[in-house]
Amino acid sequence: MSLVSRAVPAQPTYAPRRHRKLGRVVLRYVILIAVLLFAVFPFLWTLAIALTDKHGGGSIYDFPASLFPRAVTLRNFVEVYTTFSLGKYVWNSISITGMTVLGTLVVSALAAYPLARFRFPGRDLIFGVIVATLVLPSETTFIVNTLTLKELGLLGTHVGVVLPTIAGAFGIFLMRQAFLGIPQALIEAARIDGASEFTILTRIMLPLTKPSLAALGIFTLVASWNAYFWPMLALSGAPDSVPLSVAVLKLKGQFNYDPFNIAAGALIMMIPVLLVFLSAQKLFMRGMEGAVK
Amino acid sequence: MIRSQRSTPHTPPTPGKPKYSLRDTLLSYGFLAPALILLAVFTFYPLAYGSYLGFTEYGGARFGQGLPPKWTGLDNFRTLMADPLFIKSLLNSVKYLIIVPVLQLASLAVAVLVNKNLPGMAFFRAAYYVPVVTSISLAAVMWDWVYNKDGTLNWALGAVHLVSKNQTFGWLNNEYTAFWAVMLVTFWRGFGYYMVLYLAGLQGIPAELEEAAVLDGASSWKRFWSITVPMMKPTILLCSLLSTIAALRVLEEVLVLTNGGPLNSTYTALMYVYSKAFQGFDFNYGLASAAGLVVAAVALLLSAVNFRLFRDSSGEGA
Repeated sequence: MSLVSRAVPAQPTYAPRRHRKLGRVVLRYVILIAVLLFAVFPFLWTLAIALTDKHGGGSIYDFPASLFPRAVTLRNFVEVYTTFSLGKYVWNSISITGMTVLGTLVVSALAAYPLARFRFPGRDLIFGVIVATLVLPSETTFIVNTLTLKELGLLGTHVGVVLPTIAGAFGIFLMRQAFLGIPQALIEAARIDGASEFTILTRIMLPLTKPSLAALGIFTLVASWNAYFWPMLALSGAPDSVPLSVAVLKLKGQFNYDPFNIAAGALIMMIPVLLVFLSAQKLFMRGMEGAVK
Repeated sequence: MIRSQRSTPHTPPTPGKPKYSLRDTLLSYGFLAPALILLAVFTFYPLAYGSYLGFTEYGGARFGQGLPPKWTGLDNFRTLMADPLFIKSLLNSVKYLIIVPVLQLASLAVAVLVNKNLPGMAFFRAAYYVPVVTSISLAAVMWDWVYNKDGTLNWALGAVHLVSKNQTFGWLNNEYTAFWAVMLVTFWRGFGYYMVLYLAGLQGIPAELEEAAVLDGASSWKRFWSITVPMMKPTILLCSLLSTIAALRVLEEVLVLTNGGPLNSTYTALMYVYSKAFQGFDFNYGLASAAGLVVAAVALLLSAVNFRLFRDSSGEGA
């Protein structure tokens, strides 16, 4: 009813309105495509450089030729892998990221379980302490953490890079929220059957919260794979142990005269993250990792 | 059935003084131990010890000889105030805040643009988010080529005759442009992130409001300023706060793109902290920690101002 009465006054101006509307849609797409170019242009150019056959001559600054390579090759990818021993850095990245993801999942799930399911003295205090980590100033943390790691003999090791990053409010709260959603009846039933708390956690809680575990794992994976500053600092004395994120930039500094290989190396680092992002797009678009940063 | 079982929890709550089971308490702390130990060692201890170091002489030769920090009171802060580089770096960090309103309005506008049931919107959203999941080191590799003297930016500007070939310069090598070039990379990596946060907020605006404004003949520009922005105030406040703190703490972009140069034009406060502690042969942990404390204080102050600003302006609107 109201729809009809609304539509009536619009009738006489129907035709010009439609034109204006179409114009608006076109304008919207024009802006969106301009923003798209801004967002993805650097990747497209890097891709073009990486695929260029450098033996065909020409520089990467030879426009517009460098944007549309005449001779396409995959040789740069092989070459960057062999001459710059990229495999070593790939392995370092996998090692650091793997340990970070596993550590974050284990520590978060363990801490979240009692926060979600038990009553014990000091629970509110611990809750407050974990919330506080979100707002505490962290400007000088990296200085003291390098001193601590040095003291522990872990400076320059992958474990040293990983340890300070795995306990965080985001992971703990995410898992706590997931555990809160599991019916108490299930846990009671398991207890009556004589299951230990650890069994309940590993056999009931974790299988039932797989989506949350996956979400936490994926966010951690992307953040850890991309991390630059902390690994660079913690591994500054161990150049052979640095992950790809640190290595790629260092290689660019050393071999800037060979941008084709550098571009290939950059893409080798980007591709896994891109695949993870594209397959878990919905997760990122929910803005859930908002609490991380 | 389930309901009745749920209402009899493991340890029944008693009004007044809560009673705890010893078993549950021990188990709880056992489960919490790894997280608590890691947080204590790598989050709270650095905060306390780092603050203490700000009032001491520590690092360099003293550190090499294994001597403990020496209490020097406010000496470090006097040194900082007398150091033109620190003043410049602090001012640069404050100047970096220019990005906050620009980035927030642009992200909100982009969110409004993609928040429409038209073909391709999911694709645009995903594409805009790709820079967010790109490592800063990759961003540096790519943007360094873009900003090069012979790079795409100068080529594109040359193509529309905004610069001529013999006047070009590298955007990161020029003391007047480097700062803005670095800021553009922060913008590039940030707008998709805030777009997603704003998209979540936009779902909360009732569609009738927008429809009524359309019927009243309000232009989309007008609708943006008089409906979207006021309705989104809480989200804008949150995002501005995140963005303000991030801008004040900007370090990585500077480190990978310019290392503070040219002529210290991109030197930021945390760059100073990092540099004093780890670059060169200084290893002046005391002075670096003191500088970190100053940045933390400014961040706190700005967060308070941010809250004030938004509360006051929302009071005006009501």
